[in-house]
Amino acid sequence: MRFLTDRKRAEGRGSAHAGTEHHWYMQVSAVGLAFIVPAFIYMFGSLLGAPHEQVIASLSRPFPAILSALVLVFGLAHFRKGAQMMIEDYTRKSTKKVLIILVITMTYGLTAAGLFALAKIAL
Amino acid sequence: MVEFALPKNSRITTGKTWPKPEGATNVRKFQIYRWNPDDGKNPSVDTYFLDMDKCGPMILDALIKIKNEIDPTLTFRRSCREGICGSCAMNIDGINTLACIYGLDEVKGDVKIYPLPHMPVVKDLIPDLTHFYAQHASIMPWLETKTNRPAKEWKQSIEDRKKLDGLYECVMCASCSTSCPSYWWNGDKYLGPAALLHAYRWIIDSRDEATGERLDDLEDPFKLYRCHTIMNCAKTCPKGLNPAKAISEIKKMLVERHV
Repeated sequence: MRFLTDRKRAEGRGSAHAGTEHHWYMQVSAVGLAFIVPAFIYMFGSLLGAPHEQVIASLSRPFPAILSALVLVFGLAHFRKGAQMMIEDYTRKSTKKVLIILVITMTYGLTAAGLFALAKIAL
Repeated sequence: MVEFALPKNSRITTGKTWPKPEGATNVRKFQIYRWNPDDGKNPSVDTYFLDMDKCGPMILDALIKIKNEIDPTLTFRRSCREGICGSCAMNIDGINTLACIYGLDEVKGDVKIYPLPHMPVVKDLIPDLTHFYAQHASIMPWLETKTNRPAKEWKQSIEDRKKLDGLYECVMCASCSTSCPSYWWNGDKYLGPAALLHAYRWIIDSRDEATGERLDDLEDPFKLYRCHTIMNCAKTCPKGLNPAKAISEIKKMLVERHV
């Protein structure tokens, strides 16, 4: 039993003076992804079932390679921040911290692995 | 934190079915949430029948008739009976609204009445709004000025006064906040649509001189940014207001400070 006033409970620890950059990043990256993801799906879809040499040749060209890199970097960054928000919504305390760390390391790992694979193909 | 099931002592059981009115031809069934903190039992849903030929047109008329003529232990808040005081907010037919301005003809089939969702219940249809009111107080819902008080009044142009329309009408009934999933899961830290609508009402007031401090206080991942524009608040508001728009305006103002 804690004898806290209602106002103290409502005020909590005050404002973190943060969140706006996260919000702005999500807005901007959502607009950017709305353009590059359909282009990536079209490019990637047209390569499905194609011979190995054709896929390698296509992904070695600047536009498909840069497009794929942009989707990897910004898509996964958008996912990371979105997933963090979702975790904050639904979990608390240690579970929240552990899940956020997992999502961050997973997305950085996926981005690095994806860029390495792309570099191997394109260069 | 998100909860997928009610705690054991909150699970709803079938309650008492009260007798139908004798000789009535136009009978309607009401299923009403009941919970008494003093009897130690789980909440239940009691069933009442009313003769609609002898009942007023609004949900509150039916509740008052039940309390006066059938079951005086039924407990609910009410005062103005015209949508101004916000006391009789409850969940009617799955919608958070004011019982006094919600017509019985708007409900199809049986009338199901519950207290506002995801709030502690004081008794029957009365939710505990203590934290909700404290959150409202925390946004400083009053005019903050630094300039010396003028000899007469703080002046405001007609155009600036118009900016308060759609904001000042809020009666703090809590229908919006208790319809918001973000408020359900994080109501301890998220201010909720009602408090944020009031915050915006004072931020946008041309006479208020604490705009920066107000925005500073709101810039927080939980206080403000738990709003995911779900829009339940705007859909349910019995006064037809749009708290989601007010929240997005606050977010826009904060972005403009940064970018």
